[in-house]
Amino acid sequence: MQTIDLAQTELSALNESLQAQTATTNETAWQVLNPKGAHAIACGLDAPIEVTVKGSTGYYCAGMNKQATIQIDGSAGPGVAENMMSGTVVIEGDASQYAGATGHGGLLVIKGNASSRCGIAMKGIDIVVHGNIGHMSAFMAQSGTLVVCGDAGEALGDSLYEALIFVRGSVKSLGADCVEKEMRPEHIALLQDLLDRAGCDAKPEEFRRYGSARKLYHFDIDNAY
Amino acid sequence: MARPASSITSTSTTRIEGWPVKDETAPPRTTPIQSATFTDPINAEIRRAAATGIYDIRGGGAKRKVPHFDDLLFLGASISRYPLEGYREKCDTSVTLGTRFAKNPIELDIPITIAGMSFGALSGPAKEALGRGATLAGTSTTTGDGGMTPEERGHSDKLVYQYLPSRYGMNPDDLRRADAIEIVVGQGAKPGGGGMLLGQKITDRVADMRNLPKGIDQRSSCRHPDWTGPDDLEIKILELREITGWTVPIYIKVGGARPYFDTTLAVKAGADVVVLDGMQGGTAATQDVFIEHVGQPILACIPEAVRALQDLGMHREVQLVVSGGIRTGADVAKALALGADATAIGTAALIALGDNDPKWEAEYNALGTTAGAYDDWHEGNDPAGITTQDPDLMARLDPVEGGRRLRNYLNVMTLEAQTIARACGKSHVLNLEPEDLCALTMEAAAMAKVPLAGTDWYPGKPGTTF
Repeated sequence: MQTIDLAQTELSALNESLQAQTATTNETAWQVLNPKGAHAIACGLDAPIEVTVKGSTGYYCAGMNKQATIQIDGSAGPGVAENMMSGTVVIEGDASQYAGATGHGGLLVIKGNASSRCGIAMKGIDIVVHGNIGHMSAFMAQSGTLVVCGDAGEALGDSLYEALIFVRGSVKSLGADCVEKEMRPEHIALLQDLLDRAGCDAKPEEFRRYGSARKLYHFDIDNAY
Repeated sequence: MARPASSITSTSTTRIEGWPVKDETAPPRTTPIQSATFTDPINAEIRRAAATGIYDIRGGGAKRKVPHFDDLLFLGASISRYPLEGYREKCDTSVTLGTRFAKNPIELDIPITIAGMSFGALSGPAKEALGRGATLAGTSTTTGDGGMTPEERGHSDKLVYQYLPSRYGMNPDDLRRADAIEIVVGQGAKPGGGGMLLGQKITDRVADMRNLPKGIDQRSSCRHPDWTGPDDLEIKILELREITGWTVPIYIKVGGARPYFDTTLAVKAGADVVVLDGMQGGTAATQDVFIEHVGQPILACIPEAVRALQDLGMHREVQLVVSGGIRTGADVAKALALGADATAIGTAALIALGDNDPKWEAEYNALGTTAGAYDDWHEGNDPAGITTQDPDLMARLDPVEGGRRLRNYLNVMTLEAQTIARACGKSHVLNLEPEDLCALTMEAAAMAKVPLAGTDWYPGKPGTTF
């Protein structure tokens, strides 16, 4: 286990060390001490390593992650795992705004609640939130899956493209062009897999599915909002 | 009551068969007068809107006449100023961008760069041609809202990678392949607006790069998804620097909205370079009402941005790149004289490649327009093969020949700027200064903050009473 203490080490030195790891590294386990809300921790990684951040993080932790598994033993600030390409990010606490924003791939697990705009403009990432999510989540979400085990705030899935949304609890309101859709067997299977990978014991049958009505796909006088 | 025409007494005037007969005895009538408010184009737009129910979408920048570089003149040298010999004495044109924080600033041979234009809006060969031309001329080109293509990276010695609200195609590998990163907050054609790319141009390749269904009318968001203000932006820049090892410059591009404050906040957020785009700057597609009615002319923006940099003590420390209606070496020289470090061209570069060339007039006519006025770039039917994804049309543009034409054009602009700089006694184009200029109109004098020709005064000059 490699340990880097941010009370003793500059942020750039931490990231440089983590970014220097390659697919064949034997230094696969890392922990980061004293994050104390620092920004841009463990961003831009590109190796199959495991990084545990022992505390809460500021903005953009695990930004643009590829391959790495990053666990935050605390809560995460805005933009955690933004534009993630692959790998896994797990947050033991809550996540602030824009969690998983524009993510292209990988799995983001938030064991607490997520704030507003969770999964905004997501492009293939899978996000599982054990708790609730805030307003305008999955805004303009293009692809990937957002799973919410609790409740969703206002304007869920506004201007949605092809992303899938599953919510177990209540939805305060749906955004423009977002509608409830039929839950078919393939969705149950997809959801079960994601819940299993996210360590969540909720039952797929308890969820409702939401998706795009596809009425905004072409400019037209009758779909102006 | 007027008498019938047949009863009018014959005159010596020869009557032409079929023409109406003028009633000489009728009282004078009011001459038909076209409204200056309800003009033919306005009326046509009202009828078009009434028929379709959707606003007009087009490409390009503002077409209305606004105060511009044409309203400025250089004074040149005389007894009180000493010129440089026009063809022999050195007049440097090199520019370095990104000296504030980046380990590897961008060194350009000329103060003219190629502005961001997306693959999707432009064809792959057009992007390649831009890269080739820029490389031959020793300058940079820029990606756009759609990601980085191999053609463009492969043919661009210096490539600026745009970081846009949509984040289409954004990935850390391309980020690290870039020579600079340009965070796009806005653009001159539509400050406060996002992009759009209509379904005709969303081919399989474009759709794949943008993670979108093929054929839809694609909307790009107007603001970034994971930051909302200058304090957030500072942290976003930190993240991008951490991912790229603090190696490459980070630009911030803004439209010509509030240039003093936008420049101030961009510098505060940590920009190496501020890119400022006036309302004449083009777009691939947006609402005509946005292009013509939002934002300021670049002439009005440059002095305010320079003032902001000077107030911060950062003029020349943070470089200023300006764009929006740059067409000639004179425009470049005037922009530099007002305090910019470099310029960027977009529309002019497309014209150099062949956009709106009269040789396609018959095809422009078939599209209901004419060469020089064609702006339906979003529809993908560009006869010149530049703003299209149609394979047959794309094939009309030879990227090698296009690159050569762009190189020639950039060289001419550079020679023109050097000619002016030498005439003003400057051994480097960046030594041009506001003192070298005068204005032809009150408006230009007020915006550029240079004296009205024949006076030592401009509106708003400190110490003057009006």
